[in-house]
Amino acid sequence: MTKQILFLQGNDVCVEAAIYAGVNFFAGYPITPATEIVERLAEQLPRKGGKFIQMEDEIASMCAIIGASLTGMKSMTATSGPGFSLKQEAIGYAVMAEIPCVIVNVQRGGPSTGMPTCVSQGDVMQARWGTHGDHAIITMTASNHQDVFATTVEAFNLAETYRTPVILLFDEVIGHMRERLIMPEPGEIPLIERLRTSVKEGTDYHPYLPRDDGRLPMSDFGGVHRFNVTGLVHDMWGFPSNNPNIAHGLMRHLVDKIENHVSEIAKVKEYYLDDADGILISYGSPARSARHVVENRRKRGIRLGLLELQTLWPFPAEKVRDLCSKAKYILVVELNMGQIMQEVKKAVEDPGKVFLANKIDGTFISPTDIRNIIRLIQGKGV
Amino acid sequence: MAVRDYIRERFMPHIWCPGCGHGIVMNTLIRAVENLGLRKNDIIMVSGIGCSARITGYLDFHTLHTLHGRALAFATGVKLGRPDLHIIVPMGDGDATAIGGNHFIHAARRNIDMTAIIMNNRIYGMTGGQYSPLSGYGRMATTAPYGNIDQAFDIVELAWSAGATFVARTTTYHAHDMVTILEKAIVHKGFSVVEVLSQCPTYYGRKNKLGDAVEMMKSYQKGTTPIGSNAKKQNPDLVERGIFVQEEKPEYCTEYEKIIQKVKGEKQR
Ligand SMILES: Cc1ncc(C[n+]2csc(CCOP(=O)(O)OP(=O)(O)O)c2C)c(N)n1
Ligand code: SF4
Repeated sequence: MTKQILFLQGNDVCVEAAIYAGVNFFAGYPITPATEIVERLAEQLPRKGGKFIQMEDEIASMCAIIGASLTGMKSMTATSGPGFSLKQEAIGYAVMAEIPCVIVNVQRGGPSTGMPTCVSQGDVMQARWGTHGDHAIITMTASNHQDVFATTVEAFNLAETYRTPVILLFDEVIGHMRERLIMPEPGEIPLIERLRTSVKEGTDYHPYLPRDDGRLPMSDFGGVHRFNVTGLVHDMWGFPSNNPNIAHGLMRHLVDKIENHVSEIAKVKEYYLDDADGILISYGSPARSARHVVENRRKRGIRLGLLELQTLWPFPAEKVRDLCSKAKYILVVELNMGQIMQEVKKAVEDPGKVFLANKIDGTFISPTDIRNIIRLIQGKGV
Repeated sequence: MAVRDYIRERFMPHIWCPGCGHGIVMNTLIRAVENLGLRKNDIIMVSGIGCSARITGYLDFHTLHTLHGRALAFATGVKLGRPDLHIIVPMGDGDATAIGGNHFIHAARRNIDMTAIIMNNRIYGMTGGQYSPLSGYGRMATTAPYGNIDQAFDIVELAWSAGATFVARTTTYHAHDMVTILEKAIVHKGFSVVEVLSQCPTYYGRKNKLGDAVEMMKSYQKGTTPIGSNAKKQNPDLVERGIFVQEEKPEYCTEYEKIIQKVKGEKQR
């Protein structure tokens, strides 16, 4: 059977993947460069029996997807920087109350209104620490449309597995670029459905009692079990508590359920790393230029490799350390002032060999830009 | 069922001060649900943050205690997920009309089927007595130590002009009326708003020298009158209570369901 081949924008691919993953609720508010996601879902969801709503702002959108997800729906919202800022308080709520949902941020230049139509990766740290309080979060990204598809499906899978918000951090170039997508067949990418409790009606049910493996089999809100959900520190019944033991246990659970599974959650792509003297580390659209440089240099026998990060949070520090242990220099390629570079410095044995190739002016980083920085590192001059 | 069958005793003692009006609202709500013969499983309560919002935890329904001001936004998602259930959203006056004001007018405009109960004590109780959009000109609060210069909203007019299809006002003194009004609000198909004047003796009462809870409730008796009464004509300062709006308009979830029925299964254009 020949596969369906589509030619789409990254934003459209994200929608196709979300539908493949079974999204049936979306709430959003239009914002460049994420608007196409909102529009396409407005059209697609009712055809699949799902529901779309344009809320009055991004705060409301985030709250609405949490409410819908609680009732059992696979829920998603999409936005860009200013809207992402507005969603932060409610993202923390989803962390605390353990509510699966997917938040897409198609990044544009910031801070503030910034450069609405221009590319940036300035929200990496906001994705990690945007909401207040200690917490763990999952954040993923992609550099091409096939990966946008796979990563979006994975985001839903991880949200359901760990009962947590998952952030998809795309960027303007990925969102608006048109590229080929080979549409995966139904069943080709496995889907993970929500773990639901097997406790029968009338039995004392503990909505917030995780299993030994950290997973939480929750009953759909509005179903046979009545329980309380709150953003306050709570016990296994979901009742607010100020008990230090309960608070400590909950905080550990919320962080450990993700941080203890970094090796299962975090994904990277490795290109020519085995014998590489120099390693580029990149993610999202800049990884395209980085890959171009690496392929080009390899043709000339130069031992350059690329480590493409597909998961940004939890940061795969051990993997980065292992893969970079033999490199003479590491060049992080990103469209911000070194947000991932700092993580790489923390991860590797010798932070002194970590350099940055970046752009913060709203333009895309080209292979030439990267090549020039490599020459500088090697003391060759541009 | 007995009243206590609706209460989660595990949650007791509650956090409310002696004399707080919020407990009367809870009691009245239970009676309304009981009179309507609704099952506990048929009701979802969604609240924000505030003394008033704590009502959710105490009641044995499906209860969702969310963020300050955002209850109606959460409730919108819940309702679209479970349009078959009754959604009740108790809110404080600050919760509903300050931080949550935008969600309030938009939920009303959509006419989405849920019941908003605004427990109006004209102050921020939970945080210790700061002024709210309902405090009123000249009133005292910890953040208005020289007298409040903010003008107040009229919740009934606000809800009405925003598009709510059921709008009522009552007080904790008029608990019997409140039961009937809540019953009507809950079964109303569309966005219903019930403003309840609810005393906060601890902050609003003390700051404004209004006496204890009983005196404050008596002031609700003296200071309010049924809609269109003769007393109102003689004394325009009286606050009217009763049902101001009760009308039918297309309801949001029903309309969305129609769209699904129309386009379901259609291929991409
Ligand atoms: C985003 C945010 N801002 C501020 C607060 C602090 N806060 C909690 S309750 C509240 C006001 C409560 O007043 P009201 O809504 O009128 O309810 P009441 O306590 O009087 O019943 C405030 C300001 C908060 N929890 N969250
Ligand atoms: S502070 Fe006021 S509103 Fe809060 S419980 Fe006490 S009396 Fe009630």
